Amino acid sequence: MLRRVHAFAGLALALMLLVVATTGVLLSVEPAMNRLAWPAVAPGTSVAALADAVAARHQRVDSIRVRGDGAVTATFNDGAGKMVEAVDPRSGASLGAYESSAFFRFVVDLHRSLLMGDGGRIAVALAALGMLALGLTGTMMLARSLGGVSAILKPVRGDAARRWHGELGRLALVGLLLSSLTAAYLAATTFGIAPMPEPTPPAVAASGGPAAPIRSLAGLAGTDVSDLKQLTFPARKDPAGSFRLRTSEGEALVDPSTGATLAFARTSTIERIGEWAYVLHTGRASWAFALALGLTTAAAPALGATGFLIWLKRRSARPRLPANIPARSADTILLVGSEGGSTWGFARTLHAALTAQGHRVHAAEMNAVGPEHLDAERLLILTATYGDGGAPASAGLFLDRLAKLDRPIATAVLGFGDRSFPSFCGYARAVAEAIEAKGWPRLLAFKRIDRRSAQEFSQWGHDLGAALGRDLELKHVAERPKTTALALIGREMYGEAVGAPVAILRFEAAAEASGRPGQLPRFEAGDLLGVLPPGDDMPRLYSLASSTRDGVVEICVRLREGGLCSTFLHGLGVGDRIEAFVRDNPSFRPAAGRTPLILIGAGAGVGPLAGFVRANDAERPVHLYWGGRSPSSDFLYQHEFAEQIARRRLTTLRTAFSREPGEAAYVQDRLAADAHRLRDLVRQEAQILVCGGRDMAHAVARTVDRLVGPLGLDLATLRSQGRYLEDVY
Amino acid sequence: MKHVLPTLAVTAAFVAPTLAEARPVTLETSLQSYGGNGAFVAIYLLDPAGKYKGTLWMAGDKAKYYRHLSDWTRASGGRLAEVDGITGASVGSGKTLKITVDITDALINAGYKIHVDTAVENGDDNPSEIVAPLDASASGKPVAGDGYVKTFKATF
Repeated sequence: MLRRVHAFAGLALALMLLVVATTGVLLSVEPAMNRLAWPAVAPGTSVAALADAVAARHQRVDSIRVRGDGAVTATFNDGAGKMVEAVDPRSGASLGAYESSAFFRFVVDLHRSLLMGDGGRIAVALAALGMLALGLTGTMMLARSLGGVSAILKPVRGDAARRWHGELGRLALVGLLLSSLTAAYLAATTFGIAPMPEPTPPAVAASGGPAAPIRSLAGLAGTDVSDLKQLTFPARKDPAGSFRLRTSEGEALVDPSTGATLAFARTSTIERIGEWAYVLHTGRASWAFALALGLTTAAAPALGATGFLIWLKRRSARPRLPANIPARSADTILLVGSEGGSTWGFARTLHAALTAQGHRVHAAEMNAVGPEHLDAERLLILTATYGDGGAPASAGLFLDRLAKLDRPIATAVLGFGDRSFPSFCGYARAVAEAIEAKGWPRLLAFKRIDRRSAQEFSQWGHDLGAALGRDLELKHVAERPKTTALALIGREMYGEAVGAPVAILRFEAAAEASGRPGQLPRFEAGDLLGVLPPGDDMPRLYSLASSTRDGVVEICVRLREGGLCSTFLHGLGVGDRIEAFVRDNPSFRPAAGRTPLILIGAGAGVGPLAGFVRANDAERPVHLYWGGRSPSSDFLYQHEFAEQIARRRLTTLRTAFSREPGEAAYVQDRLAADAHRLRDLVRQEAQILVCGGRDMAHAVARTVDRLVGPLGLDLATLRSQGRYLEDVY
Repeated sequence: MKHVLPTLAVTAAFVAPTLAEARPVTLETSLQSYGGNGAFVAIYLLDPAGKYKGTLWMAGDKAKYYRHLSDWTRASGGRLAEVDGITGASVGSGKTLKITVDITDALINAGYKIHVDTAVENGDDNPSEIVAPLDASASGKPVAGDGYVKTFKATF
């Protein structure tokens, strides 16, 4: 809901905000330019002295005012019509004719009314309210994604658009909230919704005596130019007229003959609030503040663009279901927990088969579960598992939301996973158990599908059909991902002598049929390369050791006994081609910033870590712990790391070799030995990234958990703060 | 959406019990090119004793600025009912406001005076910058203002 409000308000306002923000940025420069254009109004001159000096030069002066742009101007008429001149606030000398900038007047008009009068003003005011809503919902979403309000300053995770959106939004938040809040208030005063009374002294007739020299008028002599807003001279035709002196304190009537203050009205609190809103909105009080506000405003279009990208990505990630019935009128609800999208593929097959049988089916992601889903006759949950029993991306909120629902509905849970993982369908099991615990009727027993098996899925379909009294045929054809052809350009072999062959493989985009050079997809180190071995549509994922800017696709592949894909890759010769695609892996990426990184890996897991080191242009402190078998056989990237240390992209390298006679050690042993130094780094907000096999990852996790205990931290806390990331296979 | 056109042609029935006893008077107010936001312009009628008779036209529709038309406010009491139905857009710098009102014959050549107040946001207030007799002999003769008004003329 929060996301929908945020996206809707954002899209609706994007265009208007673009105009308002762009003009706002232009206007933010004005105070700085004015500061250079006009002499500063400094205390030390009385209003009486200034007015006297100005009046001496003209036949008739109407008013002297200190303008919002910092200029002191006098309006006079020497017989040739009304003129305005700028005046030196110290001496009252003329600085030449004053003309407010027509350009800025135009920009102001565009900024506050889109050149469309009151209709435009209302639209802009609504845009300001929309900006306020975006700021608030955005802050709430950011806090939620980072793990609470206290974590709001933690590094933002996700792909580039998400990171920019989050980081920029956070930086610009205060300025944007201030601008939009004050804009809304100013609009309210324009339309009389918020009162903006001006101090109006009671009309008291002046003595009517002969005008005294202005310099001698006590009521004006007591006020300093630095407090002046406007001095209006008595109307020539009005014998009972007085000087009208406006200061920040209020407005006074001063007798032109006696100099006495005849009446005074104080500025009300509500008007001061309005003035503050004006000053804060326009940055009139300080050019530096105005520029800062302008900078935050400049972030608004960038936020709009990145927000739009995120929205597009979400949209395209959502599978298209040709006939998705609204939840309220559906008889079957299909909830999907998917990480990479393949579970959605199964859901689509199921959706189509049930619809063909005359069912009214509504499919949604598991995170969307709500009371409206319980009106149907049955609930089918299809979910993958992320990592070691965790919830996939579209199901992270499911169990919490489920706990709040209590209308029983016949339910079946189907898990998707890989039997070779210890926690096979761990999350799906947790969901099945939670539903069991609620006592909801079971439509079908919990079942698990191994490695996207179409046969097992079809079997489950038969069982479901039997439960529904129908013949349900589920023919699932996995969608073959769109791939790019890559050609091998280099390979280095390691570890053959110690029985753990690892190849570093480098590919380039294969030339197209026309002979034109191919184009590499966009990726960063730590993203995943999906490789389709010949004769199999199931991709195998390898962590990327390079980024697009390196111009090559580099992966480390450990040869596994009987492994279809690793055997295929190890058998490649230079020039041979593979079919592969890139998948974003934003959950395994160093946080932006200059805080230290601790990279821990073993064997082929060093690949993405080497990529992170390579990308460390900013020379932030990076400490790499790596474990292999023997320095003489499988020391991957040995020469490159030496070079990176010299180039300051890598700070320290600690290695452990398990088959080194006399010095055999694992990487976790090195961590334990360096406990003191590592605690220091963690205290400096270091982020830990671990890549490698499951056994190593468990051993490292245990060691790190023990190691940070004395700091009052534990692994769970580090994980929740995004400071402990794993890429485990 | 409002455009301030170079001229505004408006007809307002004013103090005319029957049309037979009234005649149309065209009032043209040309503003200086002062280079600023649109001007608020109040055109109103005072009797020979200087007492307020009525408002002919109010250019500018933000009532909160009316207090800057200080003579009009003092004379009329600042009541919004006075300008009900005879309010238009403010007049841009260098533009001309042209209106036609029907005025009872009895008021013409009887010592009544047309007053014009002007005021501009971030500019000046010019109470009664035009005071012109409601006199057929002055028909078409321009009167110079000493504020934002370049010339004012009433044509009978």
